[in-house]
Amino acid sequence: MSATETFYDVIRRQGITRRNFTKFCSLTAASMGLGATGASEVAHALETNPRVPVIWMHGLECTCCSESFIRSAHPLVKDVVLSMISLDYDDTLMAAAGHQAEAILQETREKYKGKYILAVEGNPPLNEDGMFCIDGGRPFVERLKEMAADSMAVIAWGACASWGCVQAAKPNPTQATPIDKVITDKPIIKVPGCPPIAEVMTGVITFINTFGRLPTLDRQGRPEMFYSQRIHDKCYRRPHFDAGQFVEEWDDENARKGFCLYKMGCKGPTTYNACSTVRWNDGVSFPIQSGHGCIGCSEDGFWDKGPFYERLSTIHQFGIEANADKIGVAAAAVVGAGIVVHTAVTAAGRLGVKHGGRAPEAPDQDLSQGT
Amino acid sequence: MDYAKIADISELKGQVVVARRTVYVYQAPVRIWHWVNAACMTVLFVTGYFIATPPGSLGGEASAHFQMGYIRFAHFAAGQTMAVFFLMRFLWTFAGNAASKQLFWVPVWKKNFWDGLFNEAKWYAFMVKYPRQYVGHNPLAHMMMFFVFTLGTVFMICTGFAMYSEGAGRDSLWAKAFGWVFAIFPNSQDVHTYHHIGLWVLCLFAAVHVYAAVREDIMSRQSMISSMISGERQFRDDKV
Repeated sequence: MSATETFYDVIRRQGITRRNFTKFCSLTAASMGLGATGASEVAHALETNPRVPVIWMHGLECTCCSESFIRSAHPLVKDVVLSMISLDYDDTLMAAAGHQAEAILQETREKYKGKYILAVEGNPPLNEDGMFCIDGGRPFVERLKEMAADSMAVIAWGACASWGCVQAAKPNPTQATPIDKVITDKPIIKVPGCPPIAEVMTGVITFINTFGRLPTLDRQGRPEMFYSQRIHDKCYRRPHFDAGQFVEEWDDENARKGFCLYKMGCKGPTTYNACSTVRWNDGVSFPIQSGHGCIGCSEDGFWDKGPFYERLSTIHQFGIEANADKIGVAAAAVVGAGIVVHTAVTAAGRLGVKHGGRAPEAPDQDLSQGT
Repeated sequence: MDYAKIADISELKGQVVVARRTVYVYQAPVRIWHWVNAACMTVLFVTGYFIATPPGSLGGEASAHFQMGYIRFAHFAAGQTMAVFFLMRFLWTFAGNAASKQLFWVPVWKKNFWDGLFNEAKWYAFMVKYPRQYVGHNPLAHMMMFFVFTLGTVFMICTGFAMYSEGAGRDSLWAKAFGWVFAIFPNSQDVHTYHHIGLWVLCLFAAVHVYAAVREDIMSRQSMISSMISGERQFRDDKV
């Protein structure tokens, strides 16, 4: 695959009409919220920019990001992979294997120095010198650093690459480490989720391909266009939340009526993602629509913020089943008992004390002490 | 400092006439702030608890109710009121008397502070018979006020507004002013958890505070509760 062709060249060769091309540009511009002139900007970029070479590496992960990615409907993943970008290396999708595949890595690195995108799915485990993830006979972390050194930017796909995900959950035996803690000298765009939404993944790639730069990122390095609002903010069950209508049990009447899943531990109020707007599988549904709360899979350390089915997170320092309320009630009981006992001892000491008596050892004292 | 004034005792006909030293210690802005803050905290405790653990589910149409909406509104309104009064209370330290500054600093470098602190701790452990007297906070109270109340309140204001900014939006003033909280705790669920722990810490602080105020009013030969109403602290040790 050559990366010198433009996107426009490729799709025209595939028989796409110019009319359909401009339609695609308008739709893409609209879906990114680019405004009135966006469509012509997209068209211009796709006609003139060489296709961006992408190297897709897999670290410690489950490939659910790839599984999600290949189900993208708008745009179709075949358009992204075959037309839009030049996906030069992805060991799960590519035909080449072994030494051939390795050669592509080196070739891309030399030929497109500073111009290719490094997309990383999964993360490197750093414990035991990275021995928990061997890729091509070497620790993954070494290959990652090598390929990142000559890249233009790094895309951290999914919760693994962005935050660490399940392999980084306590006690994180392999010391799985998110990409931004390992690669510190390149722009990194986090696309968290377990997996991320397919259209979000292809949308990010389309943006970078179109404009040759990263989309606007938020404080945590996520593209604002997909991660600036919580699931809760755009949830279609939100009116039930505001009204105070909640599912209390999984099989109760309220669950059938589609009330809010807040009490069932839904993490929608603390999760930034586009699920409640973009939805999944070509917009068919998303967890809450299917009657299950959000588990907050695009958030930092979501495995350690459980349980998934309770509103309050477990606080492990205080025992297996503790949460803020249980700790609070226990502390209140201790303090309350303390106050009662203290009162009792105080009262016992006051028995027989005459009012108006002088304090025998009341010292002369500087009243401003301590002020 | 000219605090001492002698009560007018000419009209008293009791058997024992006692002149007690009275000191004006809590100026009006401090007292107003104290009670507004107490009211806000009460509202915040109750509504905060219900936000984490909502009351029983309501039936019927969603359009017929706004229960969580009202609970959250009360929480936000009380929180914003508390924050504004806390800010004004801080500004008052530049205009107010010495006692008004105690909330925001602890003289840990002063020997008599530690001496007083241990003495006060002994007083609460029933190891000394009489507590010392102070115009403002005693050192133990001073310490608790700063480290639990003041720092706790600052933490609650920061995390509270940070969470409020999540609903207000990324471009809101709140997000610009308090969004840095999420740089420290990237997962908002953590901020919720810590804010909820903060609720319990301040709730228990309030319980201990009320107990100590009542007890000291009875036991320490100094007025406490009425001082926060009139501003005057009376020393009941019968000497002028």
